[in-house]
Formats: sequence, structure tokens, C-alpha cells
Amino acid sequence: MKALVWHGTRDIRCDTVPDPVIEEGRDAIIKVTSCAICGSDLHLYDHFMPGMKSGDILGHEAMGEVVEVGKDNTALKVGDRIVVPFTITCGQCEQCRRGNFSVCERSNRNKALGDTAFGHTTAGLFGYTHLTGGYAGGQAEYLRVPFADSTHVKVPDGISDEKLLFLSDVFPTGWQGAVQCDIQPTDTVAIWGCGAVGQMAIRSALLLGAKRVIAIDRVPERLQMAEAGGAEVIDYNTESNIVGRLNDMTDGNGPEKCIDAVGLEAHAMGAVDAVYDRAKQAMLLETDRAHVLRQMIMVCRPAGVLSVPGVYGGLIDKFPIGALMNKGLTVRTGQTHVNRWTRDLLRRIEDGQIDPSFVITHTIGLEDGPEMYRVFRDKQDGCIKVVIRP
Amino acid sequence: MSTRQQPLAPRGAPGGGAATRHDELARSLGWFSIGLGLLELTAARGLCRALGLRGRETLIRAYGIREVATGVAILTSHDPTPWILGRVGGDVIDLATLATGFEDDNPKTINLAAAAAAVAGVTVLDVICAQGLIGQKRLSPPGAFDYSTRSGFPRPARTMRGAASDFEPPADFRIPEPLRPWPPDRM
Repeated sequence: MKALVWHGTRDIRCDTVPDPVIEEGRDAIIKVTSCAICGSDLHLYDHFMPGMKSGDILGHEAMGEVVEVGKDNTALKVGDRIVVPFTITCGQCEQCRRGNFSVCERSNRNKALGDTAFGHTTAGLFGYTHLTGGYAGGQAEYLRVPFADSTHVKVPDGISDEKLLFLSDVFPTGWQGAVQCDIQPTDTVAIWGCGAVGQMAIRSALLLGAKRVIAIDRVPERLQMAEAGGAEVIDYNTESNIVGRLNDMTDGNGPEKCIDAVGLEAHAMGAVDAVYDRAKQAMLLETDRAHVLRQMIMVCRPAGVLSVPGVYGGLIDKFPIGALMNKGLTVRTGQTHVNRWTRDLLRRIEDGQIDPSFVITHTIGLEDGPEMYRVFRDKQDGCIKVVIRP
Repeated sequence: MSTRQQPLAPRGAPGGGAATRHDELARSLGWFSIGLGLLELTAARGLCRALGLRGRETLIRAYGIREVATGVAILTSHDPTPWILGRVGGDVIDLATLATGFEDDNPKTINLAAAAAAVAGVTVLDVICAQGLIGQKRLSPPGAFDYSTRSGFPRPARTMRGAASDFEPPADFRIPEPLRPWPPDRM
């Protein structure tokens, strides 16, 4: 089959690789009908995340039709149409039973690596480093789904792939980012980053009743899409003092809730701490750029909440722990417990409350994937979300 | 929806890689930098003799260290752009150093001129590479794409506020009741 394969830093190719096979009784194989490139895939493209090996198949947002089922999988049958959550979940461990699917204790087959990197293992992920299992990803014609009797969202016919695909990641990730804020009707929610997750977080915060949503980015078309979704926007190409601007917009109080939809590759031209981060990262003295986290801590209204769906992979520096502690801020983080939210979100899509396909800007074939990684990384051609039709 | 359906123009490395020709040029310049640096480190005396720059061996070795470090940084960094710009600065220093050798008593001025021409040629490549890398990250101007109707909502966004108020946040995602802010009338 054809698949997008990681070969090294900024080296992704559309290769012919062996078809996946059933390895365990609970597995399923799907024929991928649609998959997507996620902003967090760019951390792999740029090789900020450790644990990649040449030959790894990328992709953790996929859906398709079940074409083969393992002998112990009674939940699925050939022909079922499913969306595949990016977190692989056994459904049986204590964390899964609690709904903490993204920290499933059994699905990371490289548990020792996960324990070493993070103290305790987290869930296995599709196409996202050997720290999280080294599972083949979904930017391919076929995908093996481990623990498939638990790791799936059955979806009905009659609704397009475009509306359903993002149940795999960015929609529930934006939703969880907003839910983590415990939004009250009096809240102003500030959201850094207007990529796909940020866009979903904007709409989720609005649906959950935020008084105001303020979105921060530097890419004109992303800011325009954020405005379309009901956000006020700050363009940090023209506003260098984000903290000051947010304070001005909130009568000096700061937003009650802050969402980091950027993660470890924050861009902030000119800011002193951003230059410092760039230099330390170049010298391998830190792995992640914490510009957004610092701004959130400094601007958030005391007793507020910081929500971090943006991906971080390692170590940061100059973390204002004093402000965090003394302001009594609550921090909620984590990869997304996808299955916790999908039943509710699928209903909202079916009811027409939201159509997540608004975020798609490019639809391509697998063979155009390598080029589109670069276009997406460099924010060219108005690219916000890429859907691949294998 | 302005979804791209046409095949992308063929760009990038053979075999469908994601690298642009400027990325490839940067890698080539990285390897060149390492090679030149090693030459300067190991054959500084011979280079100085050939260029009529006797007495500058230590300086040439220092330039060698700079070249090797820059080359390694280009090949290993997440973004080679600042290091390629650094190479441009290094080229200027190299040309200035070579210029000091054009004296009447230097019998190696022909070699010196050839070296200066070579450095000038590489400088052009460095500038082309830096411009290309910067250019491929230049954002589109405002208004280049129209996403103003992409709300994702069936009604105007302002009317969707609170539409998901039927959602009950799980207890573990809520601020615990004893820690919640008091209502204003309790103060």
C-alpha cells in the first residue's frame, strides 16, 4: 500500500510499504477513506519530538471502513464505518474505566520508554513516535487498529467524511481544551493559536457559553476564520504586547480562562524570551518553546484556569512558577480523552449544531502529502487543515 | 469551500520528499561548510602559504572552527535559516580577510584572487539560499484568502453562545465546589 513515511527531519515521502495485518485478536484493519495532517504532526516533521525512526508511517487522524477483524473483536464487523481516535485505548485498565483514555495503562507497547520519558507511560498513539508505542499511522491506504474493539467511534452512513473525520482528534481536542476551563457565563476566554485545534476551541468555548472569546495568532486567514467563529482577535504581527492588550480588553483584569492551542513551537518574533528560547533550543539546552505558557500565566486573572491542549514534548526554561503559584491558577493539561467526548460531539454534528468541516482548506491525495507538509508548516497557500483521500 | 483539488506543482526532492530545493541547497552548504572548516583546521599552514597570508594560521584555524560549527548547526537544526544567514556574515569576514592580502609584496595574488572569487561565488549561493528559505515562510497578505464565512455554525456565531448549555462537564473537569468563587451576594 501507499503511505506517508517519515525518513528524517523535514524528509517525508510517499512510499510503498507492506499492508498491515491482524496481529492481535482485538485488532481490526480499516481501509482509510479520509485522514488528515495534524498540527502536531509538524512537531515530527521538524523532529522536535524524540523517538521517531526512519520508516515510521505518520498520521493519527483517520477514518474508514472495517475490512478485517481479529478473532476476539466482537464489537466490530467487516463493513462498519468508523472514526479512529488518535489515542489507543484498551478500555479495560483502571484509567480507561475512569474515562482517562489518553493515559491508558496498557496500550503503549513501549511502556518502558514512556515510563522513562514521562515518569509513567501514557496511552499508545497512532503514528506518533516510539515513546507512545511506535504504531503505524493512518496517512496510508490501510490502518491496523490495535484494541479496535475499544478504539473506535462507529459513525452512521449519510454524513460526509469531512464532517466526521475530526472526531478523531481536533474537534474533541478543542472541545476538551474548552471543557477543562470550566467556562462560566461571565468568563472571557483567551485562546492562543488559531490552527485547527484553536478554531475548534473557539467554537467550543462559545457553545459552552463564554461571555467573550479572544483569539491570538499572526496569520491573517486564521484570524479571519477565528472571527467567523465568533472570536475577537489580536494579531501579534501588529500587537507586540499581547499581555498588555489582553489586560486593556478586560479592564485590566485579564481573561479568566486561557487556552494554549500552540504548544512547543511557539513563534514570537522580537520577544526577548522567544529569542532566548530559540537560542537555547538551537544549542539543545531546551526542547520546547514556552512563550505562550509564560504569557498565559502572566495575563490570566488570579484564580483563573489555564488549559493546555497544545503539545509539549520535553523541557522548558524560565517558567514563571512564582506567578502561577501566587495567582492561584489552576492548570489542566493532557492529550485528549477522545472517547469521553465523541458520543456527545457526534450528536451535535448530527443535530447540525456544528459542522467541523469548516476548517478544511486543502484536500489532496497521498502522493501530494510530502509537499503539503511543507506548505502546512510554512503556513502557505492559506493552509489551515489538510484532508488526505488515500 | 475553496478546497484545493488540483495536483500540486512538482516541487521538492526526487521520490516525493518534502524538502524544497532551498532546503536541499542548505544541506549542501552545510556539508560544504564542514568540509571547508576541516580543511582550514588541518591545512592552515599550507593555505596561508598558498595565499601569501603567512602569520595568519591561527586566524584561519579559528575560521575553520566557525565553519564546522555552522555546518553542523545547518545539518542538525530544526530551521537552518539563521545559520545560513550566519554563513553570509562569515563570507563577508572571509572576503575582508582575503582583501588584506592584496599587497604589492605578495607574490600569491593570483591565488588570492581565485580564492576571493570562489568565496564570492559561495556568498551568492548563501544569499540565494537564505532568501529562498525566508521567502518560503513569508505569510500571505491579509485578504489573500477569504474564510469570513467559515463559522461552522448553522446560524450567526453570536446567536450560538451557550448553545451547548445542555452539556454537563464531568466532575473531574470542574473546579471542586469548595474551591469555587463565592457568588457576589455572599461577600
